[in-house]
Amino acid sequence: MRLTHVLPLALFVVVAIALGIGLTLNPRVIPSALIDKPVPEFALPPVDGKPDGLTAADLRTGDVAIVNIFASWCGPCRVEHPLLMEVARSGEVPVHGINYKDLPRNAVAWLNRFGDPYTRIGSDRDGRVSIDWGVYGVPETFVVDRNGRIAYKHVGPMMAEDMHQRILPLVRELQSK
Amino acid sequence: MRELLHRVGSCAAIMMIVCLTFSAETLAIGVDKPLADAALEARARAIHKQLRCLVCQNQAIDDSNADLARDLRVLVRERISLGESDQEVLDYVVGRYGDWVLLNPPFNIRTLALWISPVVLLLLGGVFAVVILRRQRNQPEAAPADLTPDEQARLKALLDDERGKS
Repeated sequence: MRLTHVLPLALFVVVAIALGIGLTLNPRVIPSALIDKPVPEFALPPVDGKPDGLTAADLRTGDVAIVNIFASWCGPCRVEHPLLMEVARSGEVPVHGINYKDLPRNAVAWLNRFGDPYTRIGSDRDGRVSIDWGVYGVPETFVVDRNGRIAYKHVGPMMAEDMHQRILPLVRELQSK
Repeated sequence: MRELLHRVGSCAAIMMIVCLTFSAETLAIGVDKPLADAALEARARAIHKQLRCLVCQNQAIDDSNADLARDLRVLVRERISLGESDQEVLDYVVGRYGDWVLLNPPFNIRTLALWISPVVLLLLGGVFAVVILRRQRNQPEAAPADLTPDEQARLKALLDDERGKS
C-alpha cells in the first residue's frame, strides 16, 4: 500500500467521523457564557398578586438555589412543573422563579391551577433581565451556588433524569461545600 | 391577446406579493422603530447583521421574526444611542450569550480547527496533486512492446503477399 493510496481513504475516514459526531450534537443547546460567573445584577418586582420579587441579593444569601425561567404561555414549562413542585415540597433547595414576558394575571392563574413551587418570583415583563441571564428559550433552569455564582444551566424542559441525576446531585455537592 | 395580458398581469401581481412578503426590509423594519439619527441607525443595522438569532439559529437578528431577536435589536439600538462603540455593544451581547452569538466567529483556541482546516485541506490536496503529477511526468512514455513471433509471422506473410502482387 502506497501512502498516496491510503491518504485519501484516511482523510475520508477522519472527515466522516468528525461529521458523524457533529450530527449527534443537539444544535439547540448553546453553551452558556455565564457558567462560573456571578449572577447578573438585577431587581425584579413581584408578579402582581404574589408577595416576593427576586433580586440578585436574594441569590447571595449563602444558600444554593435553583432559578427557573417560566411563563404561563410556555407549553414545555408544564412538562417540568411537577418536578419543581416535588423539589419545593421536599424543601431540599429553594426554587426561585423568573416569570418571562407574561401577564401577571395569567401567571397567577397558572400558578393557582398547577401549584406554586417558587419561594420568590421576579416578574420580567419585557424580558430584559432574562437577556442578562443569557436566556434564549423558556423554560431554562439555573443552579446558583452559595456565593451567587451560576454553576449549571439546563435549557428546555427538565425530565425526571435531568433533575434526579444532574441537578439535585449538583445541588447536594454545592451544599456540602 | 387579452388572455396573454391577463396572464402577465396576474404574474406581476403574484411577484409583487412575494417580494413584499419576503423582503428583508419589511421583515426587519416593519415591526421596529428605527433610530432617528440615520448614522446611528446604520451602525445598529450593521451590528444586527453580525448577531445570530438564538431561536432561529441560522438567521441574523436583523432578518429574524423571533421575539427574542426583536428584543435584541431594540437592545442594540438602545446601547448605540447611549453612545457605546460597536465593539462595546458586541461585547455586551457576547458576555451574555457567548461567542456562539457572533455570525463571524472570532479566531481563538476553540475555533482554531474551524479557521485553519480549509488551509490545511487545501495544502494537503495541493501536495497530493503535486506528488501525482510529478510521478506521471518522471515516468517516460513506455515504448510499445515488441511484436510476438506470431505477429511477426503474420506481418511477414502480409508484406510478402503485397510484394508478390506488384
